[in-house]
Amino acid sequence: MLLIHCPYCDETLPEAEFTYAGEAHVFRPADPSSQTDDQWEGFLFIRANVRGPHYERWRHLHGCGRFFNAVRDTVSDRFLTTYRAGEPRPALATLTEEPK
Amino acid sequence: MSIEVSSLAPGLLAETPVARVSVLPAKARLSLRARGSAAPIAAALGLGLPDRIGRRAAAGAIEAIRLGPDEWTVLAPAEDAARLIAACAALATSHPHSLVDISGREVTLLIEGSKAAELLTLGCPRDIATIPPGEGRRTLFDGATVVLWRDAEDRFHLDVWNSFASHIAQLLETGCKELAAEPA
Ligand SMILES: [Zn+2]
Repeated sequence: MLLIHCPYCDETLPEAEFTYAGEAHVFRPADPSSQTDDQWEGFLFIRANVRGPHYERWRHLHGCGRFFNAVRDTVSDRFLTTYRAGEPRPALATLTEEPK
Repeated sequence: MSIEVSSLAPGLLAETPVARVSVLPAKARLSLRARGSAAPIAAALGLGLPDRIGRRAAAGAIEAIRLGPDEWTVLAPAEDAARLIAACAALATSHPHSLVDISGREVTLLIEGSKAAELLTLGCPRDIATIPPGEGRRTLFDGATVVLWRDAEDRFHLDVWNSFASHIAQLLETGCKELAAEPA
């Protein structure tokens, strides 16, 4: 079982307490009606589908209930870091040097 | 045996030499959500609200546990609920928050005995040893969200939503028998 660090609880806990919630840092356009169909399609459906380190959302559903972000390597399934929602995207170079 | 949903009556569920599971009498249970400083609400409730997730604070018969960054559960004797809600309602404009009576939502099981912690590993994926006595956590028990309070090394409370209660109770009952049947 994966162990995931919740940045709100500050504990490393079994994956079963968490749910995956898709790619992180996808922003809803402030004015949807100004979007073209292609732009709106991109926001709704088009994701990076990264092979390697992936910025993604998780939720500590059976715990504090919070959504947070994580960087997980989709090849090794290893978590490089987790951080609170709203915090800036950590640079990959700082993560791959010395994983947490 | 069968237990009716929504009507787990207080009393003993299972007892073996190593573990004992019982249903506790109902208490008032309040869900508090608030952002920013919790001090004014803590003052209205008459107890210090814990500042870290999993910590508990008590004053007399009233006890609170922090479940999330802006969420607490407050336990109190049934006759105190209306007074606490009224005291906090006075803060509605100066310190917006939500205090909801959720007393009917859950039932509380008491799990005690020398193998109480081991019994919980039956449904709980997290390491029980990481919950120190005197603290608690919201976690998972065989698919159901529960709040696990560790009162002592070998004594726990488990708050379970009514719709999961019969399932959890039967699982714990089976677990008690399995632990008792193990060669020492
Ligand atoms: Zn958490």
